Amino acid sequence: MLRLETRTAPARWLSFAVPVFAALLALLLAAIPLLSAGVSPLQAYRVMLSGAFGSQFAATEVVARATPLILTGLAAAVAFRARLFNIGAEGQLYAGALAAVAVGSGLIDGPAVLMIPLVCLAGALAGAALMLGPTLMKVKLGADEVVTTLLLNFVVALFVQMMIEGPMKDPMSMGWPQSEPILSSAVLPNLIERTRVHAGLIIAVGAALLAEIVMRRTVLGFRIRAVGHNPAAARFAGMSVTRTMLVVGALSGALAGLAGVGEVAGLKGYLTNDLSPGYGYAGIVVAMLAGLSPLGVIASALFVAAVFVGADSMSRALTVSSYIANLIVALSLLSVLLSSVLLRFRLRWEGKPA
Amino acid sequence: MTANPHTPVLELRGISKRFGALQANDDIDLVLGRGEVLALLGENGAGKTTLMNILFGHYAADSGSVWVADRAGVLQPLPSANPAAALQAGIGMVHQHFALADKLSALENITLGTESLWRLSRGDRSARTKLDGLMRRSGLLVDLDSPISRLSVGERQRVEILKALYRDARILVLDEPTAVLTPQESASLFETLRALTADGLSVILISHKLDEILAASDRVAVLRHGRKAGEVSTRESTKAALAQMMVGRSVPSPARTPREPGAPVLELVGVSVESPTVRRRLDDVSLQVRSGEIVGIAGVSGNGQSALADLLSGLLTPKHGSLLLGQKPITRFDPGLFVQSGIGRVPEDRHHEGAVGAMTVAENTVLENLSEPRFQRWGFLRKARIDAHARNAIHDFDIRCPGPHAPIRQLSGGNMQKVILARALDREPQLVLANQPTRGLDVGAVADVHRRLIAARDRGAGVVLVSEDLDEILALADRVTVIFRARLSEAMPAEGLDRQALGLLMAGQAREAA
Repeated sequence: MLRLETRTAPARWLSFAVPVFAALLALLLAAIPLLSAGVSPLQAYRVMLSGAFGSQFAATEVVARATPLILTGLAAAVAFRARLFNIGAEGQLYAGALAAVAVGSGLIDGPAVLMIPLVCLAGALAGAALMLGPTLMKVKLGADEVVTTLLLNFVVALFVQMMIEGPMKDPMSMGWPQSEPILSSAVLPNLIERTRVHAGLIIAVGAALLAEIVMRRTVLGFRIRAVGHNPAAARFAGMSVTRTMLVVGALSGALAGLAGVGEVAGLKGYLTNDLSPGYGYAGIVVAMLAGLSPLGVIASALFVAAVFVGADSMSRALTVSSYIANLIVALSLLSVLLSSVLLRFRLRWEGKPA
Repeated sequence: MTANPHTPVLELRGISKRFGALQANDDIDLVLGRGEVLALLGENGAGKTTLMNILFGHYAADSGSVWVADRAGVLQPLPSANPAAALQAGIGMVHQHFALADKLSALENITLGTESLWRLSRGDRSARTKLDGLMRRSGLLVDLDSPISRLSVGERQRVEILKALYRDARILVLDEPTAVLTPQESASLFETLRALTADGLSVILISHKLDEILAASDRVAVLRHGRKAGEVSTRESTKAALAQMMVGRSVPSPARTPREPGAPVLELVGVSVESPTVRRRLDDVSLQVRSGEIVGIAGVSGNGQSALADLLSGLLTPKHGSLLLGQKPITRFDPGLFVQSGIGRVPEDRHHEGAVGAMTVAENTVLENLSEPRFQRWGFLRKARIDAHARNAIHDFDIRCPGPHAPIRQLSGGNMQKVILARALDREPQLVLANQPTRGLDVGAVADVHRRLIAARDRGAGVVLVSEDLDEILALADRVTVIFRARLSEAMPAEGLDRQALGLLMAGQAREAA
């Protein structure tokens, strides 16, 4: 009989092995639909790999796509640590982008050293503000934040639609629903010529480093972990669960908001309703793959970005739908959940009792 | 009917069960005779619960077998891991926490599950006749039509026993039956057990209270570390001998020297806390605790102890009345402020409120002192200082753990409690609140906790000891007060205090009436 046994002390190497195992398992499972589409999985993955890392351009494209994923991944990782399940990073991303456009497309102008921080601040504040309601409703009324944050995504999406078709619509857009462009002084500069890698990457990596330090080395990080693991004990010890939750919610929303700023001020230049192909949702997978470790988020964001970029070129080369990328990402989330069982338990074969 | 204690009705033969590295039961043999009360004695973790779960078919034993006498008195093997078969064979159990539906009547609770769902009318009349007979023979009297919510804890326990008897149990297992009873209710339960065993019922009494085992059982089987450490006839045994058999060594009782108390460190004046349930309510409670004394709060569980403890922990704000700490009135009820003003608190439930299981021993030792400059600077943790602090605590309190960086959930209950004590007593608080500080701990750990509380008192702290264990209160407290239905009795000197009188107060009868 196969039995699960609780591990008393999960080995350290396992926490590194689990995400790798989960990623491989996801690729293995995705071979089934590839086979049914009449494509050799080995060839498909070879094409994917060269599509993601085969050229300098491909590799920089992976980095560009990883930039918002790092930030939304951090948004989820920080919040999930406190057991605040923010599923609303997609909405907060759009809120951040909207605020960046509102501030940076002509409301005020100044030198770049002023405009860039201002646009970032506006986006972060908008994302943070969006988390205020769900967090308060959770701690004061017990409303499930999974529901409230998820539903706010649709509210924000419709609000953005309304704004870019109405008050914020660019009169020069020839009827397309898009906002006025970000002023050149507020644009995040490119890091590498002729690629899509922009200064948002520095913000994202810096945020990951900062989050790692906060979590490990500060009183705030200590409180976040304590409240996440056992709110009753945290309250008994004199920590304010409400205040900690509000801070975590604000940080999480701000990180997702920054992802929106990067996309609008670093890449696209103006806001449309297809700014994000679901970076907010993919951030949840990124965070889970990283085991909620802020530094790990960088690696897992690169993996997820590579899957997306690689699947694009695979679908062009082999005429397989690029939705396979979404499938692989979804499968890796399921694999992570499955393999985290292995972190906590040990599988054991047992003979029949005599 | 003749009760012959030598006719076996139940035999456990060579039962072994292993969970991972833990050998929970190791080759245990047990024989229960007809009409006999067998006490199963052992510390927490000795394997009592595992053994009973195997008997009931909740677990499959790794090896060994269970034999139960059939109607003709012939022992038959009980199929392993089959709870329905155990019920069918006449094994009944009364758990420590009752499984009764509050809104249903006693009768409905007793017959629940014994009738086919397809029957149109309930067989109330035949059930009543059968129960009347049972109640008359056993003396287990309850109002069958009263909803459970109106019954006292003792009456609820009677309903649970009747439930088992109604299902024709011939072997009754009682798990810590007196944990929720006053001394008088316990005595009456034991009388009932006598009547039932005279009628042919066999009883297994699980307990770690030596007094009641000596009072109520015919034979005692002692488990230790999963093995049977011994089996004796109750008549030929003594409390000290049983304790030694249970622990494996002799246990010293805490040494207390009389001490003159000093100035008041805590005063409650007419404090009320409102709540729809008694356990979370306080009615006009007044209490004074002086420096250098232990005040014991005795009482049956659920009479307002948690409200009192939460109030003294800073978790509850009173509706009326005032709380003075070292003569200064407290206006803000906040756990963090309470810690800073010098209250050391040991919570009732160490897993729920006392410790963050996933965090390390070191992190748990500073959980409530985190904002002090010695552990943080500009919001950054001073890890080296925290680790040094934890190493000191581990050394001073003799905490057995792999090290300061081990998650605290890996520690045994006793060692986890030592971490919490180390944290609560760290800054020599002038007031110590210990709420059920030894619940679920083994004898050695209990002695450690008691020593720490007495040391705090001797150093001049006032200690509030909330406990449902009367023996613990009488062993430690200088003064005793009883909590009943959210009210506190007058505090009495513990010296020469009469258990019977305390028991009556715990049951809600005034002293004069005794």
